[in-house]
Amino acid sequence: MIRRTGPLVAVAAAAALLLSACGAGGRPSEGTGGGDAAASDVGITTTSVKIGGHFPLTGVAAPGYSEIPTGMKAYFDYVNAAGGVNGRKIEFIYKDDAYNPTQTSQVVNELVLQEQVFAIMGGLGTPTHSAVLDYLNAEGVPDLFVSSGSLLWDQPTKNPQTFGWQPDYEVEAKIIGQYVSKNFPNAKVGLFLQDDDLGRDAEKGARTFLDKQIVAAERYTPGNTDVAPQIAALQAAGADLVIGFNVPSYTALSQLVSLRLNYKPQWMYSNIGADPTLVGSLLARFSEGKVTDAGLLEGMISTRYLPTVDDPQNPWIQLFQKVWDASGADGELSNFRVYGMSEAYTFVSALQAAGPNPTRKGIVEAIQKTGKSWKGPWLAPFRYSADRHAGISGVGVTRITGGKTERLTPVFVTDNGTAPITESTEPPSVPPASGIPEVAPAG
Amino acid sequence: MQQFLNVTLTGLGQGAIYAAFALALVLIWRSTRIVNFAQGAMAMFTTYLALTVIEAGQSYWVGLIVALAGGLLMGAVVERLVIRPVEGGPELNAVIVTLGLFVAIQALAAILFGSTFKSFPAPFDLRGFTVGEVNIAFTPNSIYVILAVVVVMVALVALFRFTDLGLKMRAAAFSQEVSRLLGVRVGRMLTLGWALAAVVGSLAGLLIAGGSLVYPAYMDGVVVFGFVAATLGGLDSPGGAVVGGLSIGLLLSYVSGYLGSELVALAALAILVAVLLVRPQGIFAKAAARRV
Amino acid sequence: MAAPTKDTEVGVPPAAAGRFAAFTRRMPSSTLGKHALTLLVAFVVVVLVLELTGPFRNSQFATMAYYGIAAAGLTVLTGVNGQISLGHGALMAVGAYTTGLMLAAEIPLLVTMLGAMAVTAAVGAVVGVAAARLHGPYLAGATLALAVGLPGLAIYFDHWLGGEQGMRIPSPQMPAWFSDAIYFLSATEASSAKYLAYIGWVTLLVVLFLLANLMAGRTGRVWRAVRDDEVAAELAGIPLGKVRVLAFVVSAACAGIAGAVLGIVVRLAAPSGFTIVLSLGLLTAVVVGGLGSLVGALLGSALLVFLPPFVTNVGTDIGLDNTQAAQLAPFVYGAVLVLVMLLAPSGAVGVLKKLLKKLWIGRSTRRTG
Repeated sequence: MIRRTGPLVAVAAAAALLLSACGAGGRPSEGTGGGDAAASDVGITTTSVKIGGHFPLTGVAAPGYSEIPTGMKAYFDYVNAAGGVNGRKIEFIYKDDAYNPTQTSQVVNELVLQEQVFAIMGGLGTPTHSAVLDYLNAEGVPDLFVSSGSLLWDQPTKNPQTFGWQPDYEVEAKIIGQYVSKNFPNAKVGLFLQDDDLGRDAEKGARTFLDKQIVAAERYTPGNTDVAPQIAALQAAGADLVIGFNVPSYTALSQLVSLRLNYKPQWMYSNIGADPTLVGSLLARFSEGKVTDAGLLEGMISTRYLPTVDDPQNPWIQLFQKVWDASGADGELSNFRVYGMSEAYTFVSALQAAGPNPTRKGIVEAIQKTGKSWKGPWLAPFRYSADRHAGISGVGVTRITGGKTERLTPVFVTDNGTAPITESTEPPSVPPASGIPEVAPAG
Repeated sequence: MQQFLNVTLTGLGQGAIYAAFALALVLIWRSTRIVNFAQGAMAMFTTYLALTVIEAGQSYWVGLIVALAGGLLMGAVVERLVIRPVEGGPELNAVIVTLGLFVAIQALAAILFGSTFKSFPAPFDLRGFTVGEVNIAFTPNSIYVILAVVVVMVALVALFRFTDLGLKMRAAAFSQEVSRLLGVRVGRMLTLGWALAAVVGSLAGLLIAGGSLVYPAYMDGVVVFGFVAATLGGLDSPGGAVVGGLSIGLLLSYVSGYLGSELVALAALAILVAVLLVRPQGIFAKAAARRV
Repeated sequence: MAAPTKDTEVGVPPAAAGRFAAFTRRMPSSTLGKHALTLLVAFVVVVLVLELTGPFRNSQFATMAYYGIAAAGLTVLTGVNGQISLGHGALMAVGAYTTGLMLAAEIPLLVTMLGAMAVTAAVGAVVGVAAARLHGPYLAGATLALAVGLPGLAIYFDHWLGGEQGMRIPSPQMPAWFSDAIYFLSATEASSAKYLAYIGWVTLLVVLFLLANLMAGRTGRVWRAVRDDEVAAELAGIPLGKVRVLAFVVSAACAGIAGAVLGIVVRLAAPSGFTIVLSLGLLTAVVVGGLGSLVGALLGSALLVFLPPFVTNVGTDIGLDNTQAAQLAPFVYGAVLVLVMLLAPSGAVGVLKKLLKKLWIGRSTRRTG
């Protein structure tokens, strides 16, 4: 091939001619600033809004988390069936990144460049989403309601397009820390952390109250399923209360290893890793080896910031149950689907706030203006403003008792850093009769 | 002290599994001079077969039998269909074929069985023993793992040493031409060798899965560790594979327990390179020299 | 696989040979000149293609560029010199991490890419020294261990290299002259995807040009001699060890540049990006394209980029769900790898060459007869 280039010379010459012929020469001096208005309508037509998200549908973080986008989709379908938002149907495309940051980068590339989405919605995971943070902000794509509690999403000057959603790990860890220092003042605390920003933010929050009580902080790498060294080290350090900030499969793995080591501390898991149904189902299969799933999780302490499916009397759960049944999708309503629907509820609120002609710039401004006051299933308000992009401001502490979630404390509200922890005074919200938010345009 | 004991016992349990896996590699190497990089993927596949059977309500033991039978069949089919044409050809071709199998089988398993993490049952208790005040990371299931590997070892030794079939297989591996002249059906013996190796590999896959989570790539590390173990013992020596497997299991467990689990694969690489450069024939090889 | 031109020249009947000569007369006489001309033509084609496609295709081409660079390096090592490497993914990681560190220190892009190349070449030299003493399955196993083991370092030194979460790489800013030039050509504003695609392809073309010259020269002949017959090569006075190490260094340098391009295109260097899947993907590319052929490496890398979306669509059409369909591409890779080895070990380029030769001879004999 390399030697047979003769005829190509002609092609080259022709191509060069062609190029210079069709080239536009110099750039016209005016008209360069007009790109803004046109570009900010990407993904929006008069009848549709296209949004996308990345989720782990396979791999280590898939158990549980893969249900989140199905919940979101079910809620969007519910809204679409009722006519959509301002006549626009919400088209939600979600892609698998296997909790692999490199894949996240590719998938988001596809969503932004090929699918031309209006916004990225609910992108899941700290290590994964941080890979596309700069890109989305550089391209001016609204990056709404990231499904992760990292502090990275609350940097409005550096990342003006990105908004957090769930309580950040620092806030959650602060409230857990205060609870432990009050109720287990003599406990030797061990931390079981995912080795990335998730773990780092959580450790920061936990040390606010527990610095003196912490005897060990062990980190696992997601993807490596052997956590025996970490658990053995916690045991060796004499920790009798372990707080885990990890994804659900690692709750199961840490329980399994502890069983092997006869290690029985008081377990606490952050909300993200603590779903009893899911962890129970992961552990259930081991019952043949004389493990009873209920027994392992009994007494485990965690947090809540959304209603849970074991409370069927809750009006939000009743609404979401209705939405889920209407979607006709496989499987039961789970806490992960409630999470996804709550995020979707927030997005619909934002889209309403952005007014009849939403733009990328407009929706960001609308969230900053009115997001703080939106009502929804969340138990504590968002912290959105022009200089804050932080999500839900608090959690309550819970315990698994007899397979059910039992409330140990009321909902506490706080903020990052040294902000005080106060009891939430807001009355619990009730869904509107239509099940669809009624947010006024922020305009 | 307690940690050292636990790390050691964990290492022995893992080592037994690596030994079984290395043994499977050695069986194939002896008969066809091919390193089967698809061994791990094949074992993963049969483990999923077992899981499917168990999920359908059968016991662990039915699953075990299905997996081993599946391995036997799979080993034979693979040898006949894709390995036979490259046997005795350029060694690069055989390497590439087994790597292709590795990729294809792993993807196929993900398509058929899904790629989420699933828990795999263990046949025995997963709670560690307690001696006095000391907790030991050694469970009834660990005893089962080690016993299973020992039983397989003994069975293989018996097969090769004391049966007519074993003698024929050894002959076919030793010299194809001479064996053919003596009336041994060499092709059939090679197929049998691959089938047996796949059974041993499947057992290793099942033992690793027991009481843990499985996903299509869960054997990836084991392929590397098993290869290192087999090389350490000398690819030709079944006894060496077992000792190599146990040593690798122990060494890697110490690395994981005291240095960090992220360095395990790197430590395996260091051991492998050291062995290949310093004592290329392996610790137990009978041949005076081998070309590596 | 013999040198590409030899068999065509030997087997061609007189009439065809005459037409051949007519072509060659019109071309520069030196190999270097021919390669330079090809480079020029290829550049024009690249500009045309990148200007006529949208940002998403541009980003796919950028991806193809780094696969192409790495595959070209691997085909030199495996196809020309006969050493297999399953560790090229790990070598790309070295390049990508170096790029991340250097760009974070605000070192210019070109210097950074050369730096990534140099560092990876140095690592390649160390690996090469060990590899020169191994062959076949042993080399495969050792480099496999490299591919699995090396990314662990990024987790161990997580303060420095970002751990599992990876190291974010600042995307290079598009210089003003570039956007002006693009505007001049096509009257559109240059996107960052386009800029990255240009960086990738210019780099790829330069790498291919250098490798083509290297392979056509004495170095290439020596490499092939060592691959084809070690003993004869040694008798002819070729130092086997040195030659093998050199091949590994050249190949690793390519992997380093590929890693640099990957880094700026993906904007991230994370252990999860350099798994065994990447190394096996590169091997698939060079084997399917045709071992030892640079064109084959290019074809193979195109396959790595454009086959998965196609196969995935086919998968969803036949009723697989999304995650199942996503696994169909690796399944096809694996199956194709096996089939190519069994049925057409010379790969796509080998098959094409055979077909072309038949066609060429067929046509010219008809005409003369």
